[in-house]
Amino acid sequence: MIRFDKVTKRYDKGREALRNVSFDVDSGELIFLTGHSGAGKSTLLKLIALIERPTQGQVLVEGRNIGRLPQRRIPAHRQQIGMVFQDHKLLEDRSVFENIALPMIIAGYAQREIRGRVRAALDYVGLLDKEQHTPTMLSTGEQQRVGIARAIVARPKLLIADEPTGNLDPKLSLDIMNLFRRFNEVGVTMLIATHDLGLIEQLGGRRIVLENGEIKAD
Amino acid sequence: MLRTLNNYLIRHAQNCIGALGNMVRKPIASMLTIAVIGIALALPSALSIMVKNGRALAGGLEDIRDFSVYTKPGVSLGQAEDLRARLDEEAVVRSTQLISASEALQEFRNDTELGDLVRALTDNPLPHTIVVRPTADAELATLKALKNMLVQDPLVDLVKLDTDWVRRLSAILDLAWRTVWVAAILLVGAVIVIIGNTIRLDIENRRAEIEVSKLFGASDGFVRRPFLYTGFWYGLFGGVFAIVLLVVSLWLLSGPVERLIRLYGGGFKPFGIDGSTLLTVFTIGLIVGLSGAWSAVARHLAAIQPRV
Repeated sequence: MIRFDKVTKRYDKGREALRNVSFDVDSGELIFLTGHSGAGKSTLLKLIALIERPTQGQVLVEGRNIGRLPQRRIPAHRQQIGMVFQDHKLLEDRSVFENIALPMIIAGYAQREIRGRVRAALDYVGLLDKEQHTPTMLSTGEQQRVGIARAIVARPKLLIADEPTGNLDPKLSLDIMNLFRRFNEVGVTMLIATHDLGLIEQLGGRRIVLENGEIKAD
Repeated sequence: MLRTLNNYLIRHAQNCIGALGNMVRKPIASMLTIAVIGIALALPSALSIMVKNGRALAGGLEDIRDFSVYTKPGVSLGQAEDLRARLDEEAVVRSTQLISASEALQEFRNDTELGDLVRALTDNPLPHTIVVRPTADAELATLKALKNMLVQDPLVDLVKLDTDWVRRLSAILDLAWRTVWVAAILLVGAVIVIIGNTIRLDIENRRAEIEVSKLFGASDGFVRRPFLYTGFWYGLFGGVFAIVLLVVSLWLLSGPVERLIRLYGGGFKPFGIDGSTLLTVFTIGLIVGLSGAWSAVARHLAAIQPRV
């Protein structure tokens, strides 16, 4: 599903965030991306979401070299991907329902379908009773669950998460990871960047370890 | 396919109403913007109505090319009457009227201010006057030729053919008309800048929303649409406000204008605003609203890219 072929990413200031990185991800895999901060985890995810483009090498998603994708094709590409962020990136002036509905509105779903699926996603993360709240009325753990509901609501084939448990205590972190795992069980490919090694030990699964922009272990 | 189209239309309707909702949520700021747009659109329209009226009035005066023929002192009333009859035969003359010296004197005597002075005179110093009204299609050159012929006549002292002031007025009105155009272009430009700036601020305020939307695959069109609808509403309400301003101010002026026309003996019918003027103001409002929004969106939206 995803192939990195000798990918190097150099930022404007000359810093190399990724150096000669190659790996394959099969459809339906759950992969943890680990390494110290600044090792290149975020950059790797940004290349997949086309927030950044590779300096050298190829990033292929479903056989397509997305590094060459023209600007106007980026929206369609991103609609295939669900994204979860460490800081949630929820809109504070919108209700939980409206936040989760956003990707479906963008993809142009009908109102009735949106209502049904947002409720299902809320049910999935256990927040069905909070749909009219605004994010600021929720705890950090609940906010992250809203972020996850938003990432899965449009049923993406691929989900990427950048430090999704970065601000949570161990108990809540495990809850969040279990949510991801359940979603992976229905066939969604997942890449989760985290530096919480203890948590990964508990979960198992494939691990890619980055160090100074290079793959140290896979 | 049909469902996709249907969803698309629903989305447009939602953006359209949503943009209106955003304006209603900050009523004072929105109304101030609308007022500025309305005034800027109403001003050139009002000026143009004034100049149009002035032109129509001047045009009416240009047709009046009466001239007066004054006889030399000592010309008898009979001679003057002969001259009048001769003039009446001319092809370019529509009608003539003889005002005898004694009639003219009588008129002066009746005048409250000059009356005493005139009554003190022993002789009548006034000549006989023939007022000549040319036909409507008489050319200026023909009239000048007639005037030259009359000046040669031994009975005639002076011919007064004075239309210069009408032509001067007409030139002034042409200048005023040009000024209205320049003002209109400047004000419409100002409105575009005002709407552009309002929407630029709107874009800044919704930066987070734009970034997140782009992260989840929102196209440029999707992000652009609510702002274009905002511009549309500003233009629409600005245009409506301009129309209200025009109607109200013309209504306020209608009393004095009618009195003025009555003083000048009526005959002239002033223009108010007609449907086509209203439609023009309204359409310009919409175009200006959309182009202001477009200018802001084109410059500022591309600059907002998601930062993660």
